[in-house]
Amino acid sequence: MEYAISTRNLTRCFGDFVAVDNLTMDIIPGEICGFLGPNGAGKSTAIRMLCGILAPSSGSGTVLGYDLLQETEKIKPKIAYMSQKFSLYDDLTVIENLDFYTGIYSIPARQRRQRMFEMLELAELGGREKALVANLSSGYKQRLALAAAIIAGPELIFLDEPTSGVSPTSRRQFFEIIKQLAEKGTTVIVTTHFMDEAERCDRIAFINQGRLMALDAPDQLKQQFINGCMVSLTVPEPMDHLDKLSSLPYVQEASLHGSHLHVLLAQEEDIALLRQNCGYVPEQITPSLEDVFIHIARQRKEGGLTS
Amino acid sequence: MNRILAVLKKEMLQIRRDRMTLGIVLMIPLIQLLLFGYAIQTEVKHIPTAVFDQSLSPQSRDMLEAFTASGYFDVTLSVNSYAAVTQSIDSGQAKVGIIFPPDFARSLHRGSPAQVQVLVDASDSMLANQAIATANSIGLIKSQQVLLQKMPNRQLPYDIRVRPWYNPDGITAYYMVPAILGIVVTMTMVILTAVAIVRERERGTLEQLLVTPIKPLELMIGKILPYIAMGYIQITVALLAGVLVFHVPIRGSLLQLYLLTLFFITASLGLGLMISNLAKNQMQAFQMSFFIMLPSILLSGFMFPRAAMPRLIYYLSDLIPLTYYLDIIRGIILKGIGFSYLIGQVTALLVFSIFFLTISTLKFKKKIV
Repeated sequence: MEYAISTRNLTRCFGDFVAVDNLTMDIIPGEICGFLGPNGAGKSTAIRMLCGILAPSSGSGTVLGYDLLQETEKIKPKIAYMSQKFSLYDDLTVIENLDFYTGIYSIPARQRRQRMFEMLELAELGGREKALVANLSSGYKQRLALAAAIIAGPELIFLDEPTSGVSPTSRRQFFEIIKQLAEKGTTVIVTTHFMDEAERCDRIAFINQGRLMALDAPDQLKQQFINGCMVSLTVPEPMDHLDKLSSLPYVQEASLHGSHLHVLLAQEEDIALLRQNCGYVPEQITPSLEDVFIHIARQRKEGGLTS
Repeated sequence: MNRILAVLKKEMLQIRRDRMTLGIVLMIPLIQLLLFGYAIQTEVKHIPTAVFDQSLSPQSRDMLEAFTASGYFDVTLSVNSYAAVTQSIDSGQAKVGIIFPPDFARSLHRGSPAQVQVLVDASDSMLANQAIATANSIGLIKSQQVLLQKMPNRQLPYDIRVRPWYNPDGITAYYMVPAILGIVVTMTMVILTAVAIVRERERGTLEQLLVTPIKPLELMIGKILPYIAMGYIQITVALLAGVLVFHVPIRGSLLQLYLLTLFFITASLGLGLMISNLAKNQMQAFQMSFFIMLPSILLSGFMFPRAAMPRLIYYLSDLIPLTYYLDIIRGIILKGIGFSYLIGQVTALLVFSIFFLTISTLKFKKKIV
């Protein structure tokens, strides 16, 4: 099978800082792959390299079959990229922005009107064609940026935190559009901070400190990394309990989730022990991606000390 | 081609929407031309003059009359001591002091040279040059008159006849208006394009363009074309003002003027674009523009003749597009010459245009960082 993206030891340094460290990954055509990781983990740098606007320091890769080092200009007509920062022209109207990109992607004149209409539909921007972009709310801007980026019908879409700073309703709306595109066979790479968005991806790439920690489907990740029984514990002053719980022999891991504690036990029988010990009722839960994420990040930190 | 058109259209829309810039682009030539056209006079007339006449004779009055009749000296002060003359020049009340000694009439009578002392405030060199030259020639002319009176049958040995061509009346505006036109065009063109790429970089729109199939040259051309139109609008406004307000005669072909101006506009735009590709932000772009514009204006021969410059500076001024355009525009407007005399200048501007555009295109990498 030809992968949409295939990289081998892709690395990018900024001075002494290694932003992306030996990234090796294969992306299947038509999947939605979520890049998940803390700020500064190297997600954006990785995406910029894959788009061909940032030269890798070392390593190699192909995007849609084109070489990442030699053929970046051949990649560009077939991909779309939407950056964290809104990057359309504020002083143009919605339709003028779209029209500009139909020209930039050399869409034949007689198809332009049709394409723009489709994009307005897709991004639910109908009725705002003549609005100046500067006056749009952030949700609209985000969808317009997507519409402009994908106007040429790309095979591969990179979305770098597309939903940051957007209302929850707009976020959901936006992710629906992404789903629609993927169903039509477009490959989507999306970085996000939101676990609910990550859950909806076909596969997730966990990136931490420039390294790819895991790449798999959400359920697979949970099974692979969380061995044992996850419980939620509601206690007053959860911070105070955290250290005490962590030191218990049958507790593998304990972490803070808002006002709750998530505790990973070796087996189900330990629930009773935990209950006796702290005096509160633990509730068994299915682990979330966040648990996986915390687990992986912690492993990396501990591993980093020994290695 | 599609992509150039798309950029072109987008730039036009943005220019049209930016009323402020549009207004400035149109008003600058008009205001600058009116301001400088009236204000800058290289010919200094009506110099305030203090007179200390110790002779108080018909002869001294006759000589003073010659000074005032020239139109260059206005007697604004009549004083009674040398110290008062000094004081009036020190204070700036007078720029010139004329002092007749007590024996002025007597010397003239006796046939020995009658001295007149002319003090000139040379802290303003242009005024001083004018005053000194005029005072000297008044002295010569008056001497000639006296000699001819004494020897009525003799003729003057030399007869030099000067014909100032192209601008016989020495009207400064004729000389200045075309030059100001050149300066206004280059200034606006350089600054407008200097921010053209940088602005997109700052706003983040460039990053989006980088992931599209657009080629650097297409982007450059698309960005330049609308500004060429702006340049022509500016020139038309300035020419109209020059002709209507200052009655500058256009002796050469207007068509040639417009055609040859194209190369100057492209050279200026190319320079601006190059700055835009080198600068990291709009502030830097502005600073670089000013850094280049000031010497361009001063060394181009706009006000100070290049012939008077030291060798090194003279050659340096060969590297300024404005230098060549001044030859072209003054040549066509005042001298009425055409392309055949200006091939060298046009070639130079063409070379500048190609050079700047090439550097810009090469420097523009489709990469960030």
